Amino acid sequence: MTDLTSQPTPAPAGLPRRAFLRVAGASAASVGLVLAGCNSTDPLPVVPIDPNLLTLAAGETGLLNYLYLLEQLEAAFYQKVVDAPPADLLPADKAFFADLRDHEVVHRESIRFALAANAYDANRATPLAFNFSTLTLTTRAGVLAAAQQFEDLGVAAYTGAMRLVSTPSMLSFLAKIASVEARHAAFVRDLRTPGSFAGDDVVVNAAPLQSVSLTKTPAQVIEEAKAFFLPIVVSTSLLPTT
Amino acid sequence: MDLLKIFSEIEKIDGEVYERFDTRRRVFRHMAGLGKTITAATMPVMLGAMFNKAYGQTTGLSADIKNTLNLALQLEYLEYYYYDAGLKTPGLIPTADVPAVTIMRDDELGHINALKGVLGADAFPDPTLAAFDYTAGGKLAPFAAAAGYYATAQSLEDTGVRAYKGGAPKLMANKDILTAALNIHSVEARHSSHIRMMRRTLAGSTNGGDIAGGTNNANPKSWVSLRENGGPLPAVTAPIYGPGTTTDFPGEDNVTQATVNVQNTTTYPTVPGVTFTDALKAAAVAEAFDEPLDDLAVKAIARNFRSAVGVGKGLFV
Repeated sequence: MTDLTSQPTPAPAGLPRRAFLRVAGASAASVGLVLAGCNSTDPLPVVPIDPNLLTLAAGETGLLNYLYLLEQLEAAFYQKVVDAPPADLLPADKAFFADLRDHEVVHRESIRFALAANAYDANRATPLAFNFSTLTLTTRAGVLAAAQQFEDLGVAAYTGAMRLVSTPSMLSFLAKIASVEARHAAFVRDLRTPGSFAGDDVVVNAAPLQSVSLTKTPAQVIEEAKAFFLPIVVSTSLLPTT
Repeated sequence: MDLLKIFSEIEKIDGEVYERFDTRRRVFRHMAGLGKTITAATMPVMLGAMFNKAYGQTTGLSADIKNTLNLALQLEYLEYYYYDAGLKTPGLIPTADVPAVTIMRDDELGHINALKGVLGADAFPDPTLAAFDYTAGGKLAPFAAAAGYYATAQSLEDTGVRAYKGGAPKLMANKDILTAALNIHSVEARHSSHIRMMRRTLAGSTNGGDIAGGTNNANPKSWVSLRENGGPLPAVTAPIYGPGTTTDFPGEDNVTQATVNVQNTTTYPTVPGVTFTDALKAAAVAEAFDEPLDDLAVKAIARNFRSAVGVGKGLFV
């Protein structure tokens, strides 16, 4: 959004937006009381932090955390399939899914390394648990449908995120992953519906661009994936948009 | 003409389309003011002007951007005429695969049109089929049988993926062009994935492919695995999976990302009954990343597929 006049004052970096608004609200409400004579030894008002709100940081750090979260999600999904494959999964499928799991684990760990102490979960005691209750993971069809959803979403997420990075090295790093996700997506789509590797729901035409990948902004991606994070709500409000 | 529908269609592939037109609100305020004077005849002109402002870059493109896009355009011609020639060769492509090859041919044409649209008058002119020699000087026989045809198709697509990736940092000054190129790039990766599956199907393979594509790269995975044993015909295809001309462009077997050897640090999950050896890890780590290739290396590969006519037209120089 370039129309800055309609924007609220940006929250300070690092402070979740909702928490910031709560602080702002509390200050406005309490300022009168403070002026009315509370003495200086009174404790500051305690602002409850929503434990279920995960607000990704600003800038490239936030963007990388966003992709880290998606890679964690994909890796967790494939790990679940590898650990407890549906009864009708073909023997060959198990090899495919082990490959897909390995790749996503490698992506996840590489991004975690790149983020180091800036990873959103660097100080978390336990990793975020993902919620797959909306998926049918007891049948081959259900697993393939879910895999397609994750992979197509991943491709759209990377293509949408790469325009938002500011350093060439980061762009190169993400591009190396992006095309592998596209290979995955085509593969899973072909397994599910032969010949759908570049279906017109993901490779789209809209003048002046033709036959290009569907792109989604971080906000669109998180909105689509929100069920997998519940009860955690992920906010992309601080991420770059241009 | 349903203007809102047009915007909605564009928004599907380009979430920021409204920002390109200043802001959503402003563009519609602008429209509203013009409402009475817009007619069926003037609308296309007005739309054209808006798109020119948003994407049209006929002037002001840097030499880096022009060169990068023109190399991509030449590669798209290489691919388009390859698929087109295959589809026009009777009995070459198995009937069941004709729809997929047609999709890929049409996608390449779409990419050509997109790149031409961005480059405008600076676009490399259509070199025509005569400019290409898909036998690579007699070393390949791509139009004799499907297996050989798909092997070369894989080589061309994988070259394209590495070329776009190598060029991407040079496009960063123009985010719209960067996005267009990267979105084409991921479609090429989808194509390569499908071609690899067609190669396995044709060979009767059901194991999903071998590490590095197995012997003679005859059983490729759907993703690039190590250096693919030099590809289908190493004399021509080895450089497609090898390193570029500087150390910034390692081969496809690279396991160092973000300055760390990922193979050694990745926390592999424990799976009952599976032991991850270093060799397995190296393959998985290398497969997880597609490596970029610099323009000099890409051109050297592409020159294999240039006929005398292509030389005359200055292809891949």
